[in-house]
Amino acid sequence: MRRKSNLRAFVPLWLDRPLLWFFPLSFLLILFFYPFFRILAYSFNVNTLTADNLNFAASVLLFTFYQAILSTLLTLVIGFPSAYLFARFDFPGKSILRALTAVPFMLPTVVVAAGFSALLGPRGWINLTLMNSFGLSAPPIQFIGTLGAILLAHVFYNTTIVTRLVGNTLSRLDPKLEHAARSLGANGPRVWWSVTLPLLRPSMLAASLLVFLFDFTSFGVILLLGGPRFSTLEVAIYTQALQFLNLPLAALLAFIQLLCTLIFSILYTRVVERSVVQTAPRSLLTHKAKTGREKIFVASFILLLSVLFILPMLALPLRSISRLDADRAQLGPIQTGLTLDYYSALFINARGSIFYVPPFDAALNSLIYAGATIVLSLLLGFPAASALAKPGRLEKILDPILILPLGASAVTLGLGFIISFGRLLTYPWLVPLAHTLVALPFVIRILQPALASIPDRLRQAAASLGASPFRVWQNVDWPILRRATLSAAMFAFTISLGEFGATSLLTRPDYPTIPIAIYRFLSQPGGLNYGQAMAMATILMALTAAGIFVIEKMRLPGAGEF
Amino acid sequence: MKRFLLFAIFLLLVAACAPQQPATLTVMTHDSFAASDSVIKAFEQANNAKVTFIKSGDAGAALNKAILSKDAPLADVFYGVDNTFLSRALAAGIYQPYDSPALKNIPAEFQLDSSNQALPVDQSYVCVVYDKAYFASHNLAVPQTLEDLVKPEYKGLLVMENPATSSPGLVFLLATVKHFGDPNYLGYWKNLRQNSLTVVDGWETAYYTNFSGSSGKGAQPLVVSYATDPAAEVMGAQTPPADSPVGVVLGPDTCFQQIEFVGILKGTKELALAQKFVDFMLSAQFQADMPGQMYVYPVVPNITLPDAFTKYAQIPSQPATLTPGEIAKGRDGWIQAWTDAVLH
Repeated sequence: MRRKSNLRAFVPLWLDRPLLWFFPLSFLLILFFYPFFRILAYSFNVNTLTADNLNFAASVLLFTFYQAILSTLLTLVIGFPSAYLFARFDFPGKSILRALTAVPFMLPTVVVAAGFSALLGPRGWINLTLMNSFGLSAPPIQFIGTLGAILLAHVFYNTTIVTRLVGNTLSRLDPKLEHAARSLGANGPRVWWSVTLPLLRPSMLAASLLVFLFDFTSFGVILLLGGPRFSTLEVAIYTQALQFLNLPLAALLAFIQLLCTLIFSILYTRVVERSVVQTAPRSLLTHKAKTGREKIFVASFILLLSVLFILPMLALPLRSISRLDADRAQLGPIQTGLTLDYYSALFINARGSIFYVPPFDAALNSLIYAGATIVLSLLLGFPAASALAKPGRLEKILDPILILPLGASAVTLGLGFIISFGRLLTYPWLVPLAHTLVALPFVIRILQPALASIPDRLRQAAASLGASPFRVWQNVDWPILRRATLSAAMFAFTISLGEFGATSLLTRPDYPTIPIAIYRFLSQPGGLNYGQAMAMATILMALTAAGIFVIEKMRLPGAGEF
Repeated sequence: MKRFLLFAIFLLLVAACAPQQPATLTVMTHDSFAASDSVIKAFEQANNAKVTFIKSGDAGAALNKAILSKDAPLADVFYGVDNTFLSRALAAGIYQPYDSPALKNIPAEFQLDSSNQALPVDQSYVCVVYDKAYFASHNLAVPQTLEDLVKPEYKGLLVMENPATSSPGLVFLLATVKHFGDPNYLGYWKNLRQNSLTVVDGWETAYYTNFSGSSGKGAQPLVVSYATDPAAEVMGAQTPPADSPVGVVLGPDTCFQQIEFVGILKGTKELALAQKFVDFMLSAQFQADMPGQMYVYPVVPNITLPDAFTKYAQIPSQPATLTPGEIAKGRDGWIQAWTDAVLH
């Protein structure tokens, strides 16, 4: 009893442990474990365990691993220096570049595929330029339909995870530690190796795990950019369940995928254990590049990020404002040049379709779902992350389980929703709940290290000076958490804005989001449809970039930050 | 926060338990379904009902979701099963029969299910579609037959959808099975592979990313798509062009007839309304609306088609067909053999 009251003096009442877990766990039980295991139980069949099927599963699993490991390594190679760039240096256009690198994370795959193919496809800009300048008859670069396309697209999508998670820690690090190492005679690399890197370990591991899980469960990228020669577990599950109606085999694959995810998560929690460091938050650490080496690093990475992230996306706004009938010359009057027709066409229900949605409504639906996802995932993520920040025996078991929704088969979960929720599926509030399911592991991973890093002595000091628990939270916890909270909110926002799979399964057609509207345009032939899809995609990009920009700006006002 | 969450849960429970509106009809469809707002409103007004549509993926995925949920159906009516999946739907027993009085207007050739569980609504043709400008500017003759497609002059020019993940891809595979017979069709596919056939996941990618005749400006001037594309390109253009930018290869068996069906799902609590809706889909009003919305042909005769349809859409004279029974028996095996021959 004494201990408990002691705890209460420093931690707000609602942070009591069983209470902390009640809502996040109930949420996961109802929306993840129940539907997922229900569909597994419904579909599983011992007769599926034939040598043929197991061989098939093994070969798909092997490729899934292979591409995921390669993709994750590449993403780290690009993401880690970018995190360093954004966390340590000031340069013109920094916040815009930072916001733009986060945009790909939510772009629908079909739009990304269009962007990559405009850049690197057989008739893309790069191939056409090479063919024209060297007089080649065939496009020299084969990109779409290769492993390279899969890897590049994964880097394109997921680098922002590394930049955000590692960058968060980097900008929170106490520079005194590095200074101390230097004053003890350590040189630059030595300081990195012995001081900075160990401090970054938890967030690097968390980022690697999240990136790996995204690559491991990759679906749209494999289908659209890799082409039919490549198949991950998720793609195989989709084909088996929804095309061949071979539910038992799909269930076997889904079970294997879940098992792998569980193993990664357990490994991760074992490795990351005890590597949490308590650091006091610091104010400004960024500076302009001074030495020659710094200047080269900054300039080359700005260039690399611009080429990698902005060029493929550039095709969409460009195509949304250029007349696309130009290439189909001989037929009718040639029309070229710039136009805003596709945007104005968005406002007209030209064909009187019941599925028409005005762009403002689609944007509003998207924003409402995204707002609800931010609120829900923070409400559920804070208590879970608080409990994980001071792990007991219970937390060690629960920690890996919280990550499962991210690595579990989304196709299988969707089918689980169908047999578990039936007609409830058409209630619009299920959409933010499903988005929260994806966002929650991110929110928890981002909040947990920040929560764990709060030195208890600060809280104790504040309390001993007579601050109420709320005052302690407001003046000690919140300033440290502010950055992480905004980062978490940003992930929730982008995940919700770009999510397509669950949304298309759950939304009633009367509340479509922007990605749904894009697919509607692309499901029918015609230049106007294509132009409108590109215009909608541009609006989605602008909306996301603006959203990220606003969330980032909220960090800046100095209120509360030491 | 606790209070807020309790309140939120309370709201969810209220929403979950609240009695449904007495006359709401839920219609499950594939993603390509479309209709005019005014037409659906007319039905709603005439029957004092609200119609809600659930789009559930492409033709195959939508059907499999309907089968999966047959014990607790998500909808009252399911539209979008085609002749390639008809037997699977019937075998799964998701429908209840309905002898609609409207069936008497529909030619027997479309009524593939004599038990009237699945009623024909529309028909279309999956064909090889070509980019007119490409063939004109390259002084290349447009291919006329399936056999032409393996000739060296058409090397690398055709893009198609993976039959394992896409309905038009599957239908085109069926056309070759019909034309060359089983197992000779596989030899044809091996030749097509030698001739640098491009395979992509689905129609959107094939048409917009790969096909050069679409606005996506892709690399291949030949695509497996629909016979109504020439009309759709005109109707869906910003300023209607003088002629359609795409044409259709109309050789023997280069096209395969696709018929789509509607049925009432077992377990509906709105049987009378569901029957009215099926009648409505077979009525002149809905049948006349389909061509302009979904680019398909009505099954009811003497429906006035949009001008662009009569002018640009091309009806193949020698389409390939297989019976639903033949398709049911061969489908999965053909897809597997095709995958081994073309992709591996």
